Amino acid sequence: MLDCTPKEIIKRSGGMINPAKTCQPIGAMYAALGIHNCLPHSHGSQGCCAYHRSHLTRHFREPVMATSSSFTEGASVFGGGGNLKTAIKNVFSIYNPDVMAVHTTCLSETIGDDLPSIIKGAEVPEGKLVIHASTPSYQGSHITGFSNMVKGMVTYLAKATRDEKKEQVNIIPGFVNPGDMREIKRLAGELGVRLIMFPDTSGVLDSPMTGKFNMFPVGGAKVEDIRDSGNSKLTIALGYYASSDSAHLLERNCQVPAITLKTPIGIKATDDFLMTLRSKFVQEIPNQLEEERGQLVDVITDNHHHFYGKKVALFGDPDILTGLTEFILSLGMQPVHVLTGTPAGTLTGSGIFEKEIKEMLAAAGHEGRVKAAGDLFELHQWIKNEPVDLLMGNTYGKYIARAEDLPFVRVGFPILDRGVHSYLPIVGYRGAMRLVEMISDTLLDRQDRDAADEDLELVM
Amino acid sequence: MAINEKMIEEILNKYPAKVKRNRKKHIVIRDSAQENQEIEANTRTIPGVVTNRGCAFAGCKGVVLGPLKDMVHIVHGPVGCGYYSWLTRRNKARAEDPEKNFLAYCVSTDMQESDIVFGGEKKLTRMIDEVVKILKPNAITISATCPVGLIGDDIQAVARAAQAKHDVNITAYSCEGYKGVSQSAGHHIANNGLMEKIIGEGDLEEPPSKYTINILGEYNIGGDSWEVERVLNDIGYEVQVVMTGNGSYEKLKNAHVAQLNLVQCHRSINYIADMLETKYGTPWLKVNFIGIRATIESLRNMALYFGDEALIKRTEEVIERELAEIEPQLEPYKKICLDKTAFCFVGGSRGHHYQGLYEELGITTVLAGYEFAHRDDYEGRDVLSNLKTDADSKNIPDLHVTPDEGRYRLKIPVERMEELKKIIPLNDYKGMINEMVDGSIVVDDLNHYETDEFIKVLKPDLFSSGIKDKYIPQKMGVPTKQLHNYDYSGPYAGFRGAINFARDVAMGFSTPTWNFIAPPWKDNPLLEGSIEQCSDDTCVKEVGV
Repeated sequence: MLDCTPKEIIKRSGGMINPAKTCQPIGAMYAALGIHNCLPHSHGSQGCCAYHRSHLTRHFREPVMATSSSFTEGASVFGGGGNLKTAIKNVFSIYNPDVMAVHTTCLSETIGDDLPSIIKGAEVPEGKLVIHASTPSYQGSHITGFSNMVKGMVTYLAKATRDEKKEQVNIIPGFVNPGDMREIKRLAGELGVRLIMFPDTSGVLDSPMTGKFNMFPVGGAKVEDIRDSGNSKLTIALGYYASSDSAHLLERNCQVPAITLKTPIGIKATDDFLMTLRSKFVQEIPNQLEEERGQLVDVITDNHHHFYGKKVALFGDPDILTGLTEFILSLGMQPVHVLTGTPAGTLTGSGIFEKEIKEMLAAAGHEGRVKAAGDLFELHQWIKNEPVDLLMGNTYGKYIARAEDLPFVRVGFPILDRGVHSYLPIVGYRGAMRLVEMISDTLLDRQDRDAADEDLELVM
Repeated sequence: MAINEKMIEEILNKYPAKVKRNRKKHIVIRDSAQENQEIEANTRTIPGVVTNRGCAFAGCKGVVLGPLKDMVHIVHGPVGCGYYSWLTRRNKARAEDPEKNFLAYCVSTDMQESDIVFGGEKKLTRMIDEVVKILKPNAITISATCPVGLIGDDIQAVARAAQAKHDVNITAYSCEGYKGVSQSAGHHIANNGLMEKIIGEGDLEEPPSKYTINILGEYNIGGDSWEVERVLNDIGYEVQVVMTGNGSYEKLKNAHVAQLNLVQCHRSINYIADMLETKYGTPWLKVNFIGIRATIESLRNMALYFGDEALIKRTEEVIERELAEIEPQLEPYKKICLDKTAFCFVGGSRGHHYQGLYEELGITTVLAGYEFAHRDDYEGRDVLSNLKTDADSKNIPDLHVTPDEGRYRLKIPVERMEELKKIIPLNDYKGMINEMVDGSIVVDDLNHYETDEFIKVLKPDLFSSGIKDKYIPQKMGVPTKQLHNYDYSGPYAGFRGAINFARDVAMGFSTPTWNFIAPPWKDNPLLEGSIEQCSDDTCVKEVGV
């Protein structure tokens, strides 16, 4: 397994070997699915749309509906305006969504299709909407694409229609699973705060089996709510990379103050999320949440001896990693390698990934290798040079885990080889409890597996 | 339920007029009384229609080149295309030399905006240098993604220069996603590249054994080709190379020595089959190793081709032995599958191949079709001479090969060849429609709307297709079976594969989960049977009074 990867690290500049990111449009497609009655549309050749639908379907094990402009060579040379206009007509005639969310591809970006003009010139039925996002695959990553589509939602939909802001909060959850979005809504709901979450894929990509197929499931942020987000008192962007830009755009366009917080993974990030809501909206944190927090601290204390001093390698999306690194440190573990494929600093968001993670490590008295715009080939080489006790990341990590015989916890996007994960949150106190269980089970399974007969323990 | 033209008309009425006219030509009700039923295929996908089709890149790098295990496949473009085609096809491979198995590596030039503006050739060159230095592969392929063709990167020139510099076989494939109308364009481009720059590069002049064959159009999904090879080896065949499942550059370059080429997936590889015949005189035989009867027929046809009594005898012995092994295992599954109906919509050959296996299990295919087939895949190769090339296919160059001066030889005498053609599908394929039962529907490029409507009308017991549409019928309570990826099971080919398939399909029918879809409170009146057991008011409240 990965036998061709040498230990010796040679500097490379020709591109990625085993990337830890993918392209913008898939993030845009995912975000668009978080609008109620919305059909995502990929403006380019149809292979992109096919790949994105396949990949999202494999992660969520749910139908992922999307259309494509299906460029052929002619459209690539003469422009894709005709294809998009035809597509708009067909989409509304055949599928009748409320919104069609168009994102570009590297093809339509390279030929320079002017989406706003094409959309303006198209026949959009009365009461229907076409929004768009520019998502060239040669910039950023799937996280950038998610961010750009959410910016599209703000640009096209959000409006400030009154002088006084409403007692409601906008929450932009970032590129997390529907289960996470549900949990974030529950946490805010426990505080009794009226919230508008967008995008919101809960109820769309975790829809129940009913014996019927709904092209547009019940979930998703409603257009009128996204519109009304311009009237909110505050926007909380969860995650610098996926959410911050759109929150600031909303601030500029509609004068809704924006706060960017970490994705609420682990105790501290969840505390910060709740404290922010408290400071702006309510006086008290409900007992229910205090109890959950107390339980979390209890299970961590009960199990701290499983974690202490263990070396961990983490990879994945930057917003997930900042929360996860903080949490891993709070368990007494040592993140020695932290790598994301998403480039840092290309967004106007405030997070500079490497700096932020290094500061966290330093505060805990540790040093580690940290890299943005890295790939898994390099991560594997790091691990060969400095072995770890645990690897955490998406499914692609299983090859490294096998090659180096490492315990492996699947977290992030995509997870293609295990089910159920997208329903169960990793955010909030309960999500943190789930992470504690996953990490300790994995480490203890390994300890059991490796134990000599006489050392196999009943109680651990 | 039998379907008629009127019902199809009603389904199509939802479409805008232009779409309706277009789609109508892609749908045919099988009627054997009509000679040569025509179907439109391999034409442009309608923008804005939810299709299952992919692109030329997916056909070239994803399907045909990707499985070649000892080569590094560089994807030149932004990161996505390489990423999505990384390990997702389940084309298994066992490396002779673990240090030369690159299947778990995804190599992308990860083009950035500056590469789009200033050109990506330098970055590609650097990537090749790094791959040669670090991974040391036997050969390298370069596949182009959409923007590469637009900005005019000359990947062929980069490949030539790099090959001269490193003395490693490097081939480049201009398989930009917008070429053609589906994956099919990419298959053709890959076929051309392999034929032009790799096959025939080896030194072998003579076949290594008496019955040396190549298997074309087999991608070893879930280990299919290993199951087929097990039986072939047992009969006495030597497989020179499988194109391209578990295939290797080292084997592929000597593909010219085979005495017979088997064609499994006609759509993806018929180009190479034809070219091998023209260049080396090697005939090809259309085979189908999906299903027991099809496997037996294919084995017998192969034996007839070689015409050797010992081989024919050995073939029958192996068939008998295999049947004795699997028939008892098949029985319990057949009972579960009996009298069921299925949709079978896949790729460019499986849509046909799996129908036989369904029939053996007692499942009738009521609707079938292909994602990216051409008319010959439906109607048979007789239509080839009548096909007009449209603008989209013209963009894919046809490679014109000529007989190889040193290596061309007739594998069997001309007269015998003509005799054989009358009894076995030598250099011929009759297409899918021919084998379908009257009243069944053939749909080309079946889209989501039609899937939905046909399921409502025909109410199939099983829906077999791919990952993108798998969960749609499943939400309706219809069991699904992925026939691209086999739902991560397999192998499904050959004798033992048929058992795996029967088991998996039977499992789909009989999983207890279907009984839980309707919650009990949907059928039962409120309060029934629970009040009397309650001792206080709260209990009544809990059941909703």
